[in-house]
Parts: sequence; structure tokens; C-alpha cells
Amino acid sequence: MGEISNAFAIAFDLILRADAELSAIVFLSLKVSMIAVFIACILGFSLGAALTTFRFFGRRGIIILLNALMGLPPVVVGLVVYLMLTRAGPLGILGLLYTPTAMIIAQVLLITPLVAALSCQVLQELNGEYDEFFRSLNLAPGARMKALLWDGKSALVTVALAGFGRAISEVGAVMIVGGNINHVTRIMTTAIALETSKGTLALALALGIILIVISITINASVMLVRASSEARADV
Amino acid sequence: MSENERQVTSTPDTRRKQALIFENVALEVGRKTLLRDINCTIGARLRTVIIGPNGAGKSLFLRLAAGLIKSTGGTITGTIKTGGKTGHSGQSVVFQKPVMLRRSAYENIAFVLRQHPKPGDDKSTRIERALDAARLADRARTPARKLSGGEQQRLALARALVVDPSILLLDEPTASLDPSSTLIVEKMILEADKSGTKIIHVTHDIKQARRLADDIIYMHKGRLLLHKSAADFFVDPGCDEAQAYLDGRLQN
Repeated sequence: MGEISNAFAIAFDLILRADAELSAIVFLSLKVSMIAVFIACILGFSLGAALTTFRFFGRRGIIILLNALMGLPPVVVGLVVYLMLTRAGPLGILGLLYTPTAMIIAQVLLITPLVAALSCQVLQELNGEYDEFFRSLNLAPGARMKALLWDGKSALVTVALAGFGRAISEVGAVMIVGGNINHVTRIMTTAIALETSKGTLALALALGIILIVISITINASVMLVRASSEARADV
Repeated sequence: MSENERQVTSTPDTRRKQALIFENVALEVGRKTLLRDINCTIGARLRTVIIGPNGAGKSLFLRLAAGLIKSTGGTITGTIKTGGKTGHSGQSVVFQKPVMLRRSAYENIAFVLRQHPKPGDDKSTRIERALDAARLADRARTPARKLSGGEQQRLALARALVVDPSILLLDEPTASLDPSSTLIVEKMILEADKSGTKIIHVTHDIKQARRLADDIIYMHKGRLLLHKSAADFFVDPGCDEAQAYLDGRLQN
């Protein structure tokens, strides 16, 4: 018991001192996941808007597939990216394995289906409401996509935050393709796994606390976004 | 729309030359026949008002005229049909339940103007004039979905009229409005008519039809029973169903 409370004390000390090693790990985590979310949003929002606007053969199939891929196991994504990036793999020549870039690629693959599927739901509902009006204007598909994305923006922010929440908290994919190399690819989740198994509970705990604070912040932001968009009658 | 057409439709005189011709038009969904044997020529000169009981097919008729749905039989020819990819043909539609973009009142109008820009005129002046006509000048920055039902419908009409449409199609625009908003809406419709816009107006309100109609189309159970001048129609519709409707008698 004493050991655990001692670990807590050191953990808080690390956080309050903004320990250099701890900060580096937190910073890299945020950087990787933010870039991944940014790319996933560009891809996912476009895909969601396109699936909403265009009617083509196989559209339903793609939507079902995206919904299924929302729950993609991170380790499987890690494995696939590993196979692509490993020396013998098709993209091995790029030498990306065990770099933050590899981790970003893995997280993009992991959350793009989530962002696309959720934004597709949001935009389809909006499109149902606007459809007759847009058709009466003879709106071009590009203009329709733009208008839907713009008017759906507050709902899409929460979609992006959901994507970020999944990216920042996953461990399987980044562990495989990042390798958890100290000062290079070590991020919060992989560090917690390692430090716990090493018995260095203080650092693991400190990272765990920060991770929880981040996830609470994300949820609070989602609620704030929702409240402010309700005030503007955007929902 | 090609540049030529736009020039042609932009002057009130030529706009009035348009007409819309329905020939044996039918609409079936599944096995249900919703409209049949629709024959009429809607001239460009008049304010055409479509009346009839619930389920008569008035709204469907309007949507066919607007090109929003396709008929399953017969032909609709004329200049106000939207031709899919051929572009905007100078028509605006106002729906019973106004569709408001999640933007300010001003931006709602700006959106439509951006899709169909008008040459010459300053954009913001045009929008302000439209808001003025709808008595919404002081609500310009208000999110459209925060407006009252009456204000939303006035905004929808202002948005429809900002592009100077050659045809304005209205689907019971005042069905759930208070009298003051209804009055403003009717004024706006008459103004549009004066500036050369063809009006096709579906309504439930017989008094409103009396105020606004030049000619009346009476529909009943998916059929177009009558099409005659309003003056004649209100003196003697010349058909039992329409007479019963005017008298307010219940029919089955």
C-alpha cells in the first residue's frame, strides 16, 4: 500500500515539476494524434460528404464497410502498417518503420473509417433536411458538399474529437509500428505499458493521470461544443 | 443556364412569355396512382392558384411543375422546368415548412445569391433590400433557425425572390402563419408579380385564393377538375366537388 501511495506522490511531483522526460512523451503523443486526426478529418469528412451527395453502385456497401471498420482492432492496423513498412514490405524503401511518421500513418488508418462513418451519419441527416431546397436551387454536387460540411460543422467538431479520443488512447498500433523507442517513438500509452511492466509505477501513473485528464477535457469540449451549437439552434 | 437565356429571362416582358404545359401527366408510386390525367396550360401572365382538399395532389402537382419529382406518365413541357444538369432556369420554390440553413438570416440569402449571381447590382444592397421587404432588416444577424415560424417563412420567401426568379412556386407558404406574417407574405407575392415573376401558388385558404388568384386550378383526388379564371370560378365553379369545397361541405 505504501508503495502505491508513494508512487502517487512521485507521480504528482513529476507532473507539477513538468518533468522533462514526461513532457517529451506527452508532447509527442499529442503531436502524433493531432496530425493523425487532422489528416483523418480531411479524408473522412470528404468521404462522408461524397457518400452523402453522390448516388452510385456500391455506395451502401462502402457505408456498411466503414461502419464495420469503426471498431477496427488497433493491433491489426499496426500489423498491416508494419507489413507495409517493414524492410521487405512494399514501402520498406521509405525507411519509415519505428518513426513517428509510421505511428501517424497507423492512427490515420485507424480513425479515418470512424471519422468517415460518423460524419456520413451527420451529413446524411442534414442532407435529408436540405435536399428539396438544394434541388430546387439546382445546386451542383460540389456546392452541396461544401454547404453540408459548413452547416454540419458543429457536429463535425464532435466527430473530430471522438477520433482524437480514440487515437490518443490506443496502444496496439503505435506499439507495433513505433516500437516504443525512448525519445523517438515513446508516447503515453506505450510508455505506461512499458513502465508498468518494469515496475516504475510513478511515471506510469503520472502518464495515466494526464491521459485521463486529456480524455475528460475532450468530453467536456464535446459538451461545450454541443451546448454552444444548441444556443445557435445549429442542431 | 446559358448566358443568353439569362439575359432573355431577366426582363419582365420576356419572362411573361413562358408557359408550362401538362399533357396527360400521371404520377404513380408503387401501385398507387397519386395523380392522373393532368392536362393544363399554365400561362405566364397570371397568378395561378391551386386549391383543393387534403390529399388532392396539389403539392405533388407543384413539385412536378418545379421539376423536383418526375412524372411516370405524360409529358410536361415548358420553360420553367428544371432540366437536371442544364442548370437553374430562373425558378424559386418556397415550401410549407421553411428549410433554414444553419446560418444567419443574411447568410441564408447570400447563399442563394452566390449560387445564382446577378450581374450589376451590389450583392449586399440586394440582400438588404430583400430583408427589408420581408420586414427582417433588424434580424439580419440572427441565426435563421432562431427566428419565429412567421419570420422563417418570410426569410424563405425573401431568399426565393432575391434572384428575381421568372417563376415562383409556393407550397402553402402561409399554412401555419399568424395574420401579420401572412399579410407580409401576400404583399411580397404581389410585389414579385408586379415585377414580372410568374406565381404558382398552392393554398388551403379559400380567402387567400380570392385575394391572390387570377386563375384557379381545382384539384380533387389526384385529378385536375377545373382550370378557369378566378372571377368565373368564385361565381360558379361549375362542378359539384368544387362547389362543395367552396361551401365548406365535407366530402369523402
